[in-house]
Amino acid sequence: MAILTKEEAKKIIDKVLAYSKADEMSVGLSGSRTGNIRYARNSVSTSGETTNLSLAVTAVFGKKSGTSTINEFDDASLEKTVRRAEEIAKLAPDNPEYVPMLGPQKYLDINSFSESTAGITPDYRAQAAFDSIDPCVKKNLTAAGYLEDTTGFSAIGNSKGLFGYNKSTSIDFSITVRTADGKGSGYAARDFNDASKLSAKSATEVAMQKALASSEAKALEPGKYTVILEPTAAVDLLQNMMGSMDARNAEEGRSFLGKKGGGTRLGEKLFDERVTIYSDPQNLEIPGSPFGGGGGRFGGGGSDGRPQEKVVWVEKGVVKNMYYSRYWAEKKGVKAIAPPSGFIFEGGTQSLADLIKGTEKGILVTRLWYIRAVDPQTLLYTGLTRDGTFYIENGKIKHPVKNFRFNESPVIMLNNLEAMGKPMRASGNLVPPLKIRDFTFTSLSDAV
Amino acid sequence: MKRRDFIQLAGLGTGAFMLPGLAMGRNVAPEALLAPGLDVAVKKRLADAALNAAKAKGASYADVRIGRYLNQFVVTRENKVQNIVNTESYGVGVRVIANGCWGFAAVVDAKNEAQMAKAAEDAVAIAKANSKLMKEPVQLAPQKGFGEVSWKAPIKKNAFEVPIQEKVDLLLAVNNAAMTNGANYVNSVMFQVNEQKYFASTDGSYIDQDIHRIFPQFNVTAIDPKSGKFQTRNALSAPMGMGYDYLQTNPSDKVTGITTRYNKGYDMLEDATSAAQQAKEKLTAKSVEAGKYDLILDPSHLWLTIHESVGHPLELDRVLGYEANFAGTSFATLDKWQSKNFQYGSKEVNLVADKLQVGSLGAVGWDDEGVNTKKWDLVKDGVLVNYQATRDQAHIIGEKESHGCSYADSWSSVQFQRMPNVSLAAGKTPLSVEDMIKDVKKGIYIIGDGSFSIDQQRYNFQFGGQLFYEVKDGKIVGMLNDVAYQSNTQEFWNSCSQVCDDRDYRLGGSFFDGKGQPSQSSAVSHGSSTTRFNGVNVINTARKI
Repeated sequence: MAILTKEEAKKIIDKVLAYSKADEMSVGLSGSRTGNIRYARNSVSTSGETTNLSLAVTAVFGKKSGTSTINEFDDASLEKTVRRAEEIAKLAPDNPEYVPMLGPQKYLDINSFSESTAGITPDYRAQAAFDSIDPCVKKNLTAAGYLEDTTGFSAIGNSKGLFGYNKSTSIDFSITVRTADGKGSGYAARDFNDASKLSAKSATEVAMQKALASSEAKALEPGKYTVILEPTAAVDLLQNMMGSMDARNAEEGRSFLGKKGGGTRLGEKLFDERVTIYSDPQNLEIPGSPFGGGGGRFGGGGSDGRPQEKVVWVEKGVVKNMYYSRYWAEKKGVKAIAPPSGFIFEGGTQSLADLIKGTEKGILVTRLWYIRAVDPQTLLYTGLTRDGTFYIENGKIKHPVKNFRFNESPVIMLNNLEAMGKPMRASGNLVPPLKIRDFTFTSLSDAV
Repeated sequence: MKRRDFIQLAGLGTGAFMLPGLAMGRNVAPEALLAPGLDVAVKKRLADAALNAAKAKGASYADVRIGRYLNQFVVTRENKVQNIVNTESYGVGVRVIANGCWGFAAVVDAKNEAQMAKAAEDAVAIAKANSKLMKEPVQLAPQKGFGEVSWKAPIKKNAFEVPIQEKVDLLLAVNNAAMTNGANYVNSVMFQVNEQKYFASTDGSYIDQDIHRIFPQFNVTAIDPKSGKFQTRNALSAPMGMGYDYLQTNPSDKVTGITTRYNKGYDMLEDATSAAQQAKEKLTAKSVEAGKYDLILDPSHLWLTIHESVGHPLELDRVLGYEANFAGTSFATLDKWQSKNFQYGSKEVNLVADKLQVGSLGAVGWDDEGVNTKKWDLVKDGVLVNYQATRDQAHIIGEKESHGCSYADSWSSVQFQRMPNVSLAAGKTPLSVEDMIKDVKKGIYIIGDGSFSIDQQRYNFQFGGQLFYEVKDGKIVGMLNDVAYQSNTQEFWNSCSQVCDDRDYRLGGSFFDGKGQPSQSSAVSHGSSTTRFNGVNVINTARKI
């Protein structure tokens, strides 16, 4: 019931729109089934499954809008929801930034649905947990992990004839393995649309190796080091940067893309010339949503119906695009580019092992943790390394090192680029391992 | 709901879009927030249906939470209302122990006995399935039943009864005050929450509770177009377990000094005026010279340091490893506690857990597993003496009863150990802020919370703030910028040399504390008086891009 077909969804949306007495009306209909299993101390702690199907109706009179939501689908409930949205709209204050709804749109064909994920059962999740816990128990290690899978659909429609439908699946797995004495800790994370690509066992093996190898870490003096950030580590800083590419903030002068004397740094070379970042909803490894404009991970929830398309954000180090709200784009007379649902950082062909081999002295970073903005003007972030930090000398991993706190800006970091490896999927993006010189570590942490 | 979603909703993050349909329940008309929930007799009947069904299926223990969660957010920027959101979420969560193992099931909009029984049966089935992978059966600390009882937050004015127009008028006046005092931009928001929770368990408790929270907040930006620099200043408000009465100010609620701070009543207009002036002042403030300083930390700042470096590491589930994959574990291991001489801080440091504190975010009559709330010591005269525990953890630390730290953020979430209010007790010797500053040769006085980051075992941290004042030879000499301090939890608390007395005691808090997978949010207060820490490492955060 929770996953409606395109035809079933359209039928409900059309019915809702037929009840409308408002100037404009939009409808969002979405459903999902989400299952999870969580374990710690080599034992399952919680597991569950929830299904959800809900309808949101937005009614507009002039510049006033109101939204009502419901999860009952009989005719009387649908009509009641429409009337309630209309009542709320009439009572709302004018929104001077209201932009009339979009008419029919052409959406890209995107395949983000996988039968293998949609067919996941509680037994599958229990088996994944077992495959992860069992090898740890055998090696006297302690596993804590989490697996979550979602199958869902999302449909949008409005009184101007717009309609869109998308069905998608996803699976996220993360595992932390610790040694019994608490001196070593390793981590691995994987995410896919297609669950058949996930091996909880092999991800756990990576975390186990890191846990064992990270025991008895030595302290290095904090300072500037050449680092190799694995994709799992690099993605967090890059996501923060991509989340700060809103045009309005830049044009208002309160963003790293704002410019001295007014204006923005659009068109300026801000990064090393090897840096190219784009988004492509049709990319087979990270298929996105066909519609966005709020639906993107960097823009909040819901969708205003804008089609997602391929957008180049940074090309050869030059800022090529920023994203817009429809209001701001109209005011500025430019195309309302929607925030992306994921990004692709073009990398090289080297493996992580190749990058390590080519490093005379450096630090390999598995994961970054508790990243917080320190200065939005320079995109300075602080945070720590975690779950596997190693010293590299003459192309080889020499020994584990104690974790560091860093204070670094992704903008500075992408100017200090030494080399890039082959991109890998990380949190819904494609990110290469990055070799960076002069990465700033400001203090040591005793945490394991 | 994740903190990020809240921030985006509030427009406090970058690139925020104001869209409804969030995972907080259904959007409703504002009047619906005042409609009565189910009658308590109906709730009892529903609860009994679930408890009986669970027992019939072989559960050795069961509890039911019938929850109605109401939210209202009013969001504005400059002279515009950006969004008004009213949401309601109603449903039931049933938790059981069967075959020694926990099981949980939830059902939306449950209104009849059959739905209740089905949820209970599902929970038992899940417990039995999970018991196959169980290592050790759940040991629940005994808890007496309380019969039919109720608790209501002692609010003076229900925020939902205040017309939306009045809130809109206030926020727009706040924005106007900021703009006319030199701000280039201002976002403001009013969060209001009401949890109507009914708890029943096979121990014989039927507990009806009505909990209110409020959080007025703003963010002011000042820009210097010539240099392209911008600075912000956030509100010095605290989220409170209060009604709209938090916004009715009395002179006695104000703490005057280098800038006005607030106690149990918040003057939002006055604070916005100061914020705009101070954001401008920050544009030309002196960049700090890195080095060791004595820090004088205002309660509006120190709450967050307490939260991160004391509240979280003393969560027993973290200590035991249940949060290892996400939030992490803790340096405050059981052996340190067992030694009875682990010096968490200096002798001045007394840290107290308290679920009773009036007006705090954590105050309730009973927790989400039917335990009556209390107050207990975590760190006494500097020594680690206790943790925060739930019923199934109490035996691990030799306690005969739970601390009452169980909480779930929704009827649909399973309850687990959450932080109580954790506060630094006021100093016993009379001491004012002025007297404290008089003795400081080289220091920084920090007001308001800013950037925060701490490692996964809670050793190494870094904090920013809103306002930084340089103290030289016992006097405040001017404003500083680019300040962050880094320390190690034990080193930091052992550098605590003075705590002002209870005249200066105020609450701060977190409205959106995240924990768990899937993540749950909770609200918690942290009280303190202004406190001095000697010789803390300060870094300069200025960079050029």
